Amino acid sequence: MPRKFTPKVVTANALIEGDVIWLTANDQWTRCMDDAELIEDEAHAQLRLLVAEGQLDKVVGPYLADAVSGDAGPAPTHFREEFRTRGPSNYFHGKQAEAV
Amino acid sequence: MYKYNDFDEAFIRERTRQFRAQVERRISGALTEDEFRPLRLMNGLYLQLHAYMLRVAIPYGTLDSTKMNQLAFIADKFDKGYGHFTTRQNIQYNWPKLTDVPDMLDALADVEMHANQTSGNTIRNVTSDHFAGATPDEIEDPRPVAELLRQWSTDHPEFQFLGRKFKIAVGASEHDRAVLKSHDVAVQIVKNDAGEVGYKIFVGGGLGRTPIVGQVLYDFIPRQDLLPRVESILSVYNLLGRRDNKYKARIKITVLENGLDEFRELAEKEYARIRPTFHGADLELLEDIRQYFQQPDYLDASTNAFDVAYDADPVFRSWADTNLAPHKNPDYAIATISIKAHGQTPGDATSDQMRVMADIAKEFGHDELRISHEQNVILPHVHKSHLPAVFARLQQAGLATANVGLISDIIACPGMDYCALATARSIPVAQQIATRFDELKLEHEIGQLKIKISGCINACGHHHVGHIGILGLDRAGVENYQITLGGDGSETTTIGERAGPGFAYDEIVPAIERLIYAYLDLREDEEETFLQAYRRVGLSPFKAALYPEAKEKHAA
Repeated sequence: MPRKFTPKVVTANALIEGDVIWLTANDQWTRCMDDAELIEDEAHAQLRLLVAEGQLDKVVGPYLADAVSGDAGPAPTHFREEFRTRGPSNYFHGKQAEAV
Repeated sequence: MYKYNDFDEAFIRERTRQFRAQVERRISGALTEDEFRPLRLMNGLYLQLHAYMLRVAIPYGTLDSTKMNQLAFIADKFDKGYGHFTTRQNIQYNWPKLTDVPDMLDALADVEMHANQTSGNTIRNVTSDHFAGATPDEIEDPRPVAELLRQWSTDHPEFQFLGRKFKIAVGASEHDRAVLKSHDVAVQIVKNDAGEVGYKIFVGGGLGRTPIVGQVLYDFIPRQDLLPRVESILSVYNLLGRRDNKYKARIKITVLENGLDEFRELAEKEYARIRPTFHGADLELLEDIRQYFQQPDYLDASTNAFDVAYDADPVFRSWADTNLAPHKNPDYAIATISIKAHGQTPGDATSDQMRVMADIAKEFGHDELRISHEQNVILPHVHKSHLPAVFARLQQAGLATANVGLISDIIACPGMDYCALATARSIPVAQQIATRFDELKLEHEIGQLKIKISGCINACGHHHVGHIGILGLDRAGVENYQITLGGDGSETTTIGERAGPGFAYDEIVPAIERLIYAYLDLREDEEETFLQAYRRVGLSPFKAALYPEAKEKHAA
C-alpha cells in the first residue's frame, strides 16, 4: 500500500546568497518559512516542485521537505529543516540574526 | 616557502578569470546548475546548509604572515570575520556570496593562494606533517615533495575526472603526524639500509563509510621514481576503480576488491609503460623547489629568558609543558597555538586572531605558520628566549589555551551546523565536552587523549582514528551519537571499535564523562594513557561504564 502523503513545502537555496528559501502560494520565494505554501496534496506538490525547477536562474537544488501546520505558518518536522530555518548553533549567524 | 614563478602566476590568474566568466554565465542563465556545479567544485565552492562555502587550499599547511593576513582580510571583507581551519589543512569561509567568490579568488591569487581542487573528483590538497622542517625526528623536510606533487597534480589532464576524490599525504618521520595510513596514497620519506633516501608508498587507506588502514605498496622506491610510480598508481585506479557505485569508488575499494598483489602487478605494467616518458625534469624541479625550503637563519642567543619565565610563572609553565615540542635546533621550540579555547568551535579563528598569529610569526617565528590536521596553528621556529613574549601576546588574543593533545583538543567537522551532507551536529558536542572537563578541572590529570567527532559517516572529523571517536547520525529523525574506542591515527594506525548503541544528543557528554572516570579508575598509573589502558584491558570495562543499565540487567 502506498504511504500516506504527508504535508510538504518546496524549499531551496537562493542562487546568489545561498540562503535558505521557500516557495509561497503566489509563486514568490520567501526567506521565512512562515510564509511558505503548505502543500497537502501529492499531485499538487509535484506540480509546485516543477514550478520551482523551472526557476533555476534564481534558485539551487529545490526539493520537497516535510512540514506541519504551525501557529505562524508551516513548521519543520525534521531537525535538519529546523536548523535551516534558524542558522548554526555555534554562532548567532544566519536567519536567527537577520530576524532580530 | 615556495614562491610562484611566472607560470604559476599566469595559471592561477587565468583560472580565476575563467571562474569569473563561469559565475557570470550561471547568473545569466547560460549555464544550468548541473553544468555549473562541477566547475564551482573544482574551484572549491560548495553550497552548504545556510550559504555557500569556499574551501581554500593551504598546501601542506604552510603559511607566512602575508598569507595569514590576507586570509584575515578576506574573512572581514567577504565573510563574517572568521575562518574555519579543517582536518585537511584547508581554511573554509562559511558565508560568501556567489558574486563575491571571483574577487575572493583574486585576493587569494594576490598572495599566491588558490582554491583549486579543494573539491571534486580530483587529487586534493596535498597534506603533510605540520612539524615539517622543524622536528628533530624527520629524515628531511617533506614539503618539497609535497609541493612537487601539488604541481604535478594541479590540472593534471588525466586526473581531472577520477572516479572519486583522491587524497595524498607526505611525511618524513617514523612518528606519523600526518595520518598517512588514512590516505588514498601516502608517501613516507625513508632511508634504506645503504643510507639512501627514498620513499615508502602506502596505498588504499581511508576513513568514511568503509575505514581501511593503508597498506605498504612499495617498501622503498628511489628518488627518481616518485612521480612515475605515483602516476602509475593513479592511472591504474582511474581505469580500474568503480564508477557504478559512489560508495565503492575510492582506491581503498579498488585495492580491496582486486587484492594488493594484483594492483601492484597492474601498477608495475603501467610503470614500465610510462617510465621512459620521464626524463628527469621532475627531479630538476624538485631540486629547484628544495631551494625554497631552507632552514631559517637561526638566532644565536641565550635561552635564559625562557628558563626564568618557566620557573617563575606557573601559567606559562603549564602552556610550555603542553603546547611546545622539541625543535631540531635545541635553542628553539615548536609552539602549537590552540585554536580550541574551551567552549569555542574547534578550528575557528577570528580575523583579529589571524592577524595576531601573523604578527607573532613575523616578529618571533621566522615568518612561518602551519595549520595542523588537528585544527591548530603552529609556530614551527621560535627561539626559546622569545617564548614568554609570544605567550603574553597569545594570552591577550585568547589564544593561550594549554590543551594541545588533551581532552579538549578535539577534532570536529562542521557537522549539521553548516554541512549539507551531515546527519547530526558535531560542533556543539565538542564545545560541551571541552566546557565540561574544564569545569571538572580534570583535563591535565586525564593526560593525552584524542577525541574526534564526525557529523556523518564520511568521517571528515576522523572519528575512526580517535582514541574516543564520536559519530553523529540521524536515527529515526533524532540526532544520535555512536562511540568508537581505541582508534589511533599515528604510525600504529588502528580503526576504533564500536562500543555499542548510540546516545541521544543530551546523553553523549555524560557518556563521555563515565568513560573517562572508568579510565581514571582502571589505569595503572598516571603514565598510562587512555589508549594504552584501552589496549591493555579491552572494550569490556569501558562498555560497562557506558551502559550501566545493561550491567544491572545482567546481574539481576
